[in-house]
Amino acid sequence: MNALAARRRHPAAITVLLLLGLILTGAAYSLLAPKQAQAALASEDQVAAGKSLFLANCASCHGLNAQGTLSGPSLIGVGAASVDFQVSTGRMPAAGTGVQVARGVAKFDEEATAAMAAYVASLGQGPAIPEEAVTSGQGADLARGGEIFRVNCAMCHNFAGAGGALTWGKYAPALKDVTGRQIYEAMVTGPANMPKFTDTNISPEDKNNVIGFLKAIETQPQQGGYHLGNLGPSSEGLFAWVFALGLLIGAAVWLGSKAA
Amino acid sequence: MSTAAAPRGAAPRGAAALRTDDPAVRPEPTGTVKKLGGLAGWVDDRTGVAKGAGHMLKKVFPDHWSFMLGEIAMYSMIICLLTGVFLTFWFVPSMGEVPYDGSYIPLQGVQMSEAYKTTLDISFDIRGGLLIRQIHHWAALMFVVAVMVHMFRVFFTGAFRKPREINWVIGTVLSLLSIVEGFAGYSLPDDLLSGTGIRAAEGFMQSIPIVGSYVAYFLFGGPFPGEAIIPRFYTAHVLIIPAILIGLFTAHLLLVMVHKHTQYPGPGRTNSNVVGFPLMPVYMAKAGGFFFIVFGAIALVSALFTINPIWAYGPYDPSPVTAGSQPDWYMLFADGGLRLLPGWLEIPIFKWTLSLNVAIGALLLIPVMYTLIGIYPFLEAWVTGDKREHHLLDRPRNAPVRTALGAAFIAEYFVLAMAGVNDILAIKFHLAINSITRALQLLFFVLPVIVFWVTKRLCLSLQRADRNLVLHGRETGNIYRSADGEFTEIHEPLDPYRRWTLVQHEVGTPLALGSTKDANGVESPLSKKARRRARWSQFYFRDSVAPVTPAELAAAHHHGEHDALPSAESATHVGPSEH
Ligand code: HEC
Ligand code: HEC
Ligand code: HEM
Repeated sequence: MNALAARRRHPAAITVLLLLGLILTGAAYSLLAPKQAQAALASEDQVAAGKSLFLANCASCHGLNAQGTLSGPSLIGVGAASVDFQVSTGRMPAAGTGVQVARGVAKFDEEATAAMAAYVASLGQGPAIPEEAVTSGQGADLARGGEIFRVNCAMCHNFAGAGGALTWGKYAPALKDVTGRQIYEAMVTGPANMPKFTDTNISPEDKNNVIGFLKAIETQPQQGGYHLGNLGPSSEGLFAWVFALGLLIGAAVWLGSKAA
Repeated sequence: MSTAAAPRGAAPRGAAALRTDDPAVRPEPTGTVKKLGGLAGWVDDRTGVAKGAGHMLKKVFPDHWSFMLGEIAMYSMIICLLTGVFLTFWFVPSMGEVPYDGSYIPLQGVQMSEAYKTTLDISFDIRGGLLIRQIHHWAALMFVVAVMVHMFRVFFTGAFRKPREINWVIGTVLSLLSIVEGFAGYSLPDDLLSGTGIRAAEGFMQSIPIVGSYVAYFLFGGPFPGEAIIPRFYTAHVLIIPAILIGLFTAHLLLVMVHKHTQYPGPGRTNSNVVGFPLMPVYMAKAGGFFFIVFGAIALVSALFTINPIWAYGPYDPSPVTAGSQPDWYMLFADGGLRLLPGWLEIPIFKWTLSLNVAIGALLLIPVMYTLIGIYPFLEAWVTGDKREHHLLDRPRNAPVRTALGAAFIAEYFVLAMAGVNDILAIKFHLAINSITRALQLLFFVLPVIVFWVTKRLCLSLQRADRNLVLHGRETGNIYRSADGEFTEIHEPLDPYRRWTLVQHEVGTPLALGSTKDANGVESPLSKKARRRARWSQFYFRDSVAPVTPAELAAAHHHGEHDALPSAESATHVGPSEH
C-alpha cells in the first residue's frame, strides 16, 4: 500500500490510469452495447446479384465499392435497413442533387431491393431489415406510441404526421402511406436530417408502438369532419377568411338586395 | 318598395332638386306599441318603456350588405356566448392530473390535466359536445374576422368621422378584446398547442425589461406552468372579458342608434336624412332572419370541418412541441412580428439579457398598432381641419390618401401574418424558410409603401374615370359615320340618378404653406406648427381630383359633340360641389 502511495505521483501513473479507463470502457461497451441485428443470412448469389445491380444503378454516385463520391455518401456500414428504406421509398437511385431527395415511386422490386441491401450489408455492419413482428403495429400500446411520437417526432413531422419545414428548404415529410417497415427503418437509419433512434433511445417494442399509433391516426375516422390538412390553426384561419366569410358575405349581399 | 326617409332635423340642402319627386315621407304611425297587447301595456304602465322602445323601433336603417358586417360580428359573438354556456357545464378548468379513461382510444391511460380530459369528454363522450365545441370555435374565428372586415368597412367609407369617433374608439377596444378573449379560450383546453401558446405568453412577459420574470411569476402563481394559469384564464374568458365585451358592445349599438346609421351617397340621401327601412318591422325581420343564416352557416361549417382537434395534439407537456405550432389566425401577426425580429436584438448587459428581439414584437406591436387605429379619426380630422358632422359615407376612391393608408396597413398586417406561417409556406410552396423570412423582413418595409402608392394612384384613376363618365356619358360602342365621313362613337349620357352618385362628393383643398415668420418678420413657433399641419394637409389633398361641376357639364354639352346629351335643364341636377 505504501509502495503504491509512493508511486502515486510517478509521471507514468496518469497514462496507466487513462489506459486502464479506456480498456474498461471498451470492455463494458462491447458487453453492453446494443447488438446490431445480424442481417438474415444472405446467400453468396444474392450478394453477387446485388453488387451487379449496385454497379449499374448506384455506383455513379456512391462509388464502385460504395465508398462514396462527391455526389453520394459512403454506404459502408449503413446497413441493409438503410438501403431497403431508401430504395423502397423511391428515394434511391436519386434523380439528381437537391437540398433533399424526395420520396417517389420505388424503381426496384422486392427481390432486387433485397439483393442490393444484402450487398451493402456485406460491406459493413449496420441495422438490418427489421422483423415483421416489430413493424406491423399489431398489439401496439397506442397511448405510449403517441407519447413517444409527440416527444421525439412531432417537432419535425407535426402532431398528426402531416410534415413540417426545416431550415433552407429541407423538410420532414408527411408520414402518410408509409409502411410500418419504412417507419421502423427511418427511425434506425435516420435518413437525411432525421436523427437516428437506436434501440437504446427507443426500444423495438416502442418503435412498434409508434408505428401502431401512426397507423391508428391515419386510419381512424375524422371525428370532427374534414381535417383541413391537419396543419393546425393556420389552415383553419385561411378557411375562415375565404370560405366562411365568403358564405356569410354572400348571404349578406343576397339579403341586402332583397326588397322589403 | 316602401322607403322611409327620416329627417335628421336640418332641412334638406343641396339635394333638394333631386328630392322633389321622392315619395312623400310616410307619417309615422303613432301609439302602435301601446296596442301590442295587454302585457305590453301592463309593462309600459309600470315602466314607461314604450316611449323609448317605440322611438327605437321607428329608427330607419339603411340597407347595404356592408352594413351587415357589424351584424355578422354581433351574431357570431352571440353564438359564442350561447355555445360557451353549454361548454361550461362540463369543462373543468383545473390542472389536476388524472388518467384518461374516455372513449378516444389513442389516449386511453395517458396522464393529463382535468382541463384537457374534460375537453376530450365534451368532444367524445357528451352528446353533441364536439359539434358545440366546433361551433364555438368557428364562431370565435368568424367573430374576429367579421370585426376586422366591419372595421375595414367603417374605415374605408369614412364612417368614423364626426360624430362617430367615440364609437370608433369603442370599436377599437372591442377588436382588441375580441382577440384577447380568443387567445384566452384557445389556451383553456391545455392541449399541446394551447400549452405551447401559454409558454410563449410566459416568454413575452419575461421579456419585459427588469420586472419581466416577476410579472410572469405573479401571473402564473409560481414557476411555469404551475396550477394557477388555467383557472385564471378561465375567469378571464368566461367572466371578465365577456362582461366588458357585452357592456362595450351595448354602448356601441346605442351610439349607432343615437347617431343614426350612415348611408352611402345617392339620390335623395343627404347629410341630414337616412333613407332605408324602419327598424320595426322590416329591418327586424331582415336582421332576425340574418341571425339564423349566420348561425346556420357556422353550424354547417362546424359540422363538416374539424377545428382545433385537441385529441390529435395530445396533452400539454413542456418538453414536446409540434411542427406547425401556430396561434389562431388573429394572433398570427404578433407571432409573425416575433419571427421577423432579428436575433441580434437580444442584448446581454453584464449578467442580464435585454430581450428586445422578443419585447418589440410581443410587448410593443399590439399597443402601438391599436393606438394608431384608435387615434386615426382624430389624426385625420386634425390634418383635414374638418370639424363638420358627416352622415354620408365616402366612396373609398374619393378619399385616396385614406384609402391608400388603409391598404398599406392591411399590407403590413398581411406581411406579419405571413411571417407567422413561414414554416407552413415553406413546406406547402417548397421554399426555404430562411429566404421567406428574409423576403418578409424586406417586404415589411417596402410593401406598405408600394401598396400605398399603387392604391392612391388607382383611386385617382377611378376618380378621373368617374369624371369622364359624367362628362361624356357611357361609351355605347356604336360608331356612326357622318355624311362627311367622320366617325364618332355615340356616348349615352348618364341618367341623373347615377350621375348624382358620381358628383356629389366634395374635395378637400390643401392648406397653403404659409410663411414661418409672423407679421413682424419674427420666427413664430405658432406658424411652425401651422406649417407642419399644412404639410400633412398637402400630403392628404395634393393630388385631389375634383368632381365635375355643373358648369363643366354644361360646357361639355355646349361642346356639342354628343347629340344624345340631355338638355341643359337636366344638367342643373348635377349635385353641388360645395367648395
Ligand atoms: C444521383 C446520385 C445518386 C444515385 C444514382 C444513388 N444515390 Fe444513394 N444517395 C445519394 C445522395 C446524395 C445521398 C444522401 C441523401 C440524403 O442524405 O438525403 C444518398 C444516400 C443513400 C443512402 C443513405 C445513406 C445513409 O447514410 O443512410 C443509401 C442507403 C443509398 N443512397 C443507396 C443507394 C442505392 C442502393 C442506389 C442505387 C439504387 C443509390 N443510392 C443511387 C446519391 C445517389
Ligand atoms: C430533426 C427532425 C426529425 C425528427 C425529430 C424525426 N424525423 Fe423523421 N424525418 C425527418 C426528415 C428530414 C426526413 C426525410 C428524410 C429524407 O427525405 O431522406 C424524415 C423521414 C421520415 C420518414 C420517412 C417518410 C417518407 O416519406 O418516406 C419516417 C417514416 C419518419 N421520418 C419517421 C420518424 C419518426 C417515427 C420519428 C420519431 C421517432 C421521426 N421521424 C423523427 C426529420 C425528422
Ligand atoms: C365586438 C365587435 C363589434 C360588434 C359586435 C359591432 C357591431 C356593430 C353593428 C351591428 C353596427 C351597425 C351596423 C354596421 O354599420 O355594420 C356597428 C357600427 C359601427 N361600428 Fe361596430 N362592431 C364591433 C366592432 C367595431 C370595431 C372594431 C370598430 C372600429 C374600430 C367599429 C366601429 C363602428 C362604427 C364607427 C360604427 C358606425 C358605422 C356607421 O354608422 O356607419 N365597430 N357596429
